Amino acid sequence: MPPAARQEQPITVDRYTAAARVNHWITAISLVLLAISGLSLFHPSLYFLSALFGGGAVVRWLHPWIGVVLFFSFSGLFIRFWKANLWVREDGTWMARLRDVLGAHDDKLPEVGKYNAGQKIVFWSMSAVIIVLISSGLVIWDQYFYGYTTIEQKRIAILIHAIVAIAAICVWIVHVYAAIWVRGTIRAMTRGSVTGGWAWRYHRKWLRELVGGAKKSG
Amino acid sequence: MVMLQATDVIRRSASKVTTTPQQMPEVAKLIDVSKCIGCKACQAACLEWNDRREEVGVNSGSYQNPDDLTPATFTLMRFTEWVNPDGNLEWLIRKDGCMHCADPGCLKACPAPGAIVQYVNGIVDFVHENCIGCGYCIKGCPFNIPRISQVDSKAYKCTLCSDRVAVGQEPACAKACPTHAIVFGTKEAMLKHAQGRVTDLKSRGYQNAGIYDPPGVGGTHVVYVLHHADQPEIYAGLPKNPTISPIVELWKGMTKYAGLAAIATFGVLGFIHHAINGPNRVSDEDEASAKRLKERGI
Repeated sequence: MPPAARQEQPITVDRYTAAARVNHWITAISLVLLAISGLSLFHPSLYFLSALFGGGAVVRWLHPWIGVVLFFSFSGLFIRFWKANLWVREDGTWMARLRDVLGAHDDKLPEVGKYNAGQKIVFWSMSAVIIVLISSGLVIWDQYFYGYTTIEQKRIAILIHAIVAIAAICVWIVHVYAAIWVRGTIRAMTRGSVTGGWAWRYHRKWLRELVGGAKKSG
Repeated sequence: MVMLQATDVIRRSASKVTTTPQQMPEVAKLIDVSKCIGCKACQAACLEWNDRREEVGVNSGSYQNPDDLTPATFTLMRFTEWVNPDGNLEWLIRKDGCMHCADPGCLKACPAPGAIVQYVNGIVDFVHENCIGCGYCIKGCPFNIPRISQVDSKAYKCTLCSDRVAVGQEPACAKACPTHAIVFGTKEAMLKHAQGRVTDLKSRGYQNAGIYDPPGVGGTHVVYVLHHADQPEIYAGLPKNPTISPIVELWKGMTKYAGLAAIATFGVLGFIHHAINGPNRVSDEDEASAKRLKERGI
């Protein structure tokens, strides 16, 4: 793109406060550490990953504690964002046109608010899997909770923990991929703002609300 | 004594064994419950040989002491007062401990390479320097045997005195047993001996006497002679047909491969999508529209 066409700086729109971003990145780092440490005990071919933490014994005691950090950190995100993730009518339409979503025909999609249906599904799936992971994780946290459950219950818990953790990683891949694919998204979580054009293209209803709110208060 | 020592490994947790082990007869420890007098010499010998000390505990109302296996007590005399169908009391005493399964659930569940090994002679051993203390072995074991130490966070259980067997000695418990209720040798010899004992017991009225060598775990390298082999549960809950839990099989089988495949699929789909569609970019028109909306409200 020639620089001449870019003479004007695009307007920017605030999307995330500093607190929300810190909250997000604590969650993100915890999730990545949990995935790596968890995978190291999940499959023998990945055991070498435990070396990143100082060995399998460190993974054994550290992984649950990172899980606790993630649980509380994610709870913060949940409280911040759950309202904006409630399902509304245009989400159904958006989902029905998933082909256009994946084909980047954003002009054929309904105007959506702060989050589109895909983001909402990621949000609610993550919320659900984290609840299941912390609950099943406590059952197999032998160091502190061994006596509270039977061995059979622990077997069930560890199977659920493994399967749901895989689901969590898959949801995470969708989340990260979407952020990379839709250019201009990551700055929302680094700088806290997006360009007006980004908001116009992907979250026009949200942009209208922001502009309308600013007009009213202004 | 025939050469029973073996350091050759035929199974190793979370790893593949590529070496071909030398041929070696499988060993077994035979525990003849009908001969046991409950003296606990085996228990004492086990603590002594393995240099363990048990905490002074509390009396739980029976001769059983401690109440359960612990990280120090690898073998435990379990006492059961059983009222038989004739209304008479039978005092059943079973020496509990690792059964050294041919198909060990602990080894299958263990995520730490080399923390659990199975020697060519059948002994299943914990290698503590590789143990990470995760407790997966407890979930894998069909007999509820391994215990995690609160001191060093490592798993402990009977080693079948692999260190003694390796130098041609019998396990400490077998050596200490005053009634020869515990004997040790090749599995073949032990089964033969057990068969003789069963015949003897049957001739003395124990119609259901039999050998406990459960096929669900591929047989074991600790074998019982029971006077009531038709109902092993009465011996302090000895499982009738132990197998590795199907939940553990699912967790360590299908889930492991399907899980990695699912993750890989999602990753690959992302790459393919990006390769075909390229990035989704905001256009200058979008920026201009946003500006117009902000300035003029349209």
